[in-house]
Amino acid sequence: MVPLRLFPAALAAACAVAVAAACGGSGGGGTMILATTTSTYDSGLLDELVPRFERETGVDVKVIAVGTGAALRMAGEGNVDAVLVHAPEAEAEYVARGDLVSGRLVMTNDFVIAGPPDDPAAAVAPDLPAALAAIASHGRFVSRGDGSGTHTRELALWALAGVDPRDVIREETGQGMGATLIVASQRRAYTLTDRATWLALHKVLDLAVLFEGDARLRNVYHVYVVSPARHEGVAADHAEAFAAFLVAPRTQALIGQFRADEFGQSLFTPAAASAAGGGG
Amino acid sequence: MSALWDGLREAVRLIASGDGELFAIAARTLLVSGSATALAMLAGVPLGYLLGRARFPARTLILAGVGTGMGMPPVVAGLVIWLLLVRNGPFGGFELIYTKPAMIIAQFVIATPLVTAFTAASIQALPARLPDLLAVLGAGRLRTLWLLAREARLGLLAAVIAGFGAVVSEVGASMAVGGNLADDTRVLTTAIVTETSRANTERALAYGLVLLAMAFAVVAVLTLAQQRGPR
Repeated sequence: MVPLRLFPAALAAACAVAVAAACGGSGGGGTMILATTTSTYDSGLLDELVPRFERETGVDVKVIAVGTGAALRMAGEGNVDAVLVHAPEAEAEYVARGDLVSGRLVMTNDFVIAGPPDDPAAAVAPDLPAALAAIASHGRFVSRGDGSGTHTRELALWALAGVDPRDVIREETGQGMGATLIVASQRRAYTLTDRATWLALHKVLDLAVLFEGDARLRNVYHVYVVSPARHEGVAADHAEAFAAFLVAPRTQALIGQFRADEFGQSLFTPAAASAAGGGG
Repeated sequence: MSALWDGLREAVRLIASGDGELFAIAARTLLVSGSATALAMLAGVPLGYLLGRARFPARTLILAGVGTGMGMPPVVAGLVIWLLLVRNGPFGGFELIYTKPAMIIAQFVIATPLVTAFTAASIQALPARLPDLLAVLGAGRLRTLWLLAREARLGLLAAVIAGFGAVVSEVGASMAVGGNLADDTRVLTTAIVTETSRANTERALAYGLVLLAMAFAVVAVLTLAQQRGPR
């Protein structure tokens, strides 16, 4: 009674339609995948730079915004073509292993400690370890908790201050910088943020910069190409072109000017010239 | 309260201004979720029919599996499809990761159990002897299927509504396999996440309103079709 044999045919038809739809999606020209940090993404910088690169080269760039940790892992597994990241120590491991090649210093900015404007924990301190110690003993801290470059730096800073993060009233959002700042603002907590995301969002936040300017808060962004020798299928040509584009003088000028008029200071400082072509 | 009010007003203004990005994202959402729902109907209706009418050993097990699938969190489906489609995954060679087809596949996986279960339930609700009766009355096999579908249309349209509603509102799977790429794979739900994390609350609210309006429009049309005609 039941047309049993019709069912496999119907499923096959559905699959055929799915595959046809899938094939229709791929456009002409090359594509590449860039895994990057939420800080470069939430600030809007890549929205400015990537379309220019796409116009110049015809290469379609898929920008995936994740934490640096996740970006590096995707690179290590050969699932992306390039990374733009900011955790130099973690990057060094992947470079040593041969997963990442052609490292270039792109830009810098710095991390700042933001917290409630009335600064209940007195984080305005003479030096960085004292500021962290004050937050550890009297404040509440919101951490990225996502293995990102900012999260890595936060853990390094606690170690520097001789504080065990488990002793701090500390919550992990597991989300990007923008979302984490919003949580910190709502919960009247302290957090570590890169300056670009801070400047992009500070108007809607009930937070103030309470500590800044220490050399240990420097934030460095590198671009790398995923090694085509180690990972099959990497669009190394496109990735190499993108890396070269980021350090080209014209792009560097754009990075320096990005939203600078709006905030009275630049979000990122172009750094490729200072690296003299090396880096990584 | 005032933030919500201001946000709503700004959102309405954004929609009224005919914002290009907003409408592009809405159209893309409709395309992706509409395709996924259509494919889920293609697979889920025959499967649901089979599970509703046929009697075979593994039937109860499969029904239980389908029921579990209905409760599967979309983000889990997204994670599994991501692992399958990612470049070095088993199906990486198709280069589907971070494309609309990848999103359609993930949403298809989410919607199909819903469509199957609703279909099976609506078919089982029909009198068991109805197909035999139709055959006796001289209806061919295709005609029988068509007449059965007509009889079961309340349940079948509920299946479309459930499937579409599930995929148009999910965010985890679309984010994972689509990558939330601007002008490419960003749909209303993932756009809301992005705009919220960029503190563009008004835009996020505007997307939310459009999503609600779209879901309402689609469901209203389907409900109209469902409730029309002789019972």
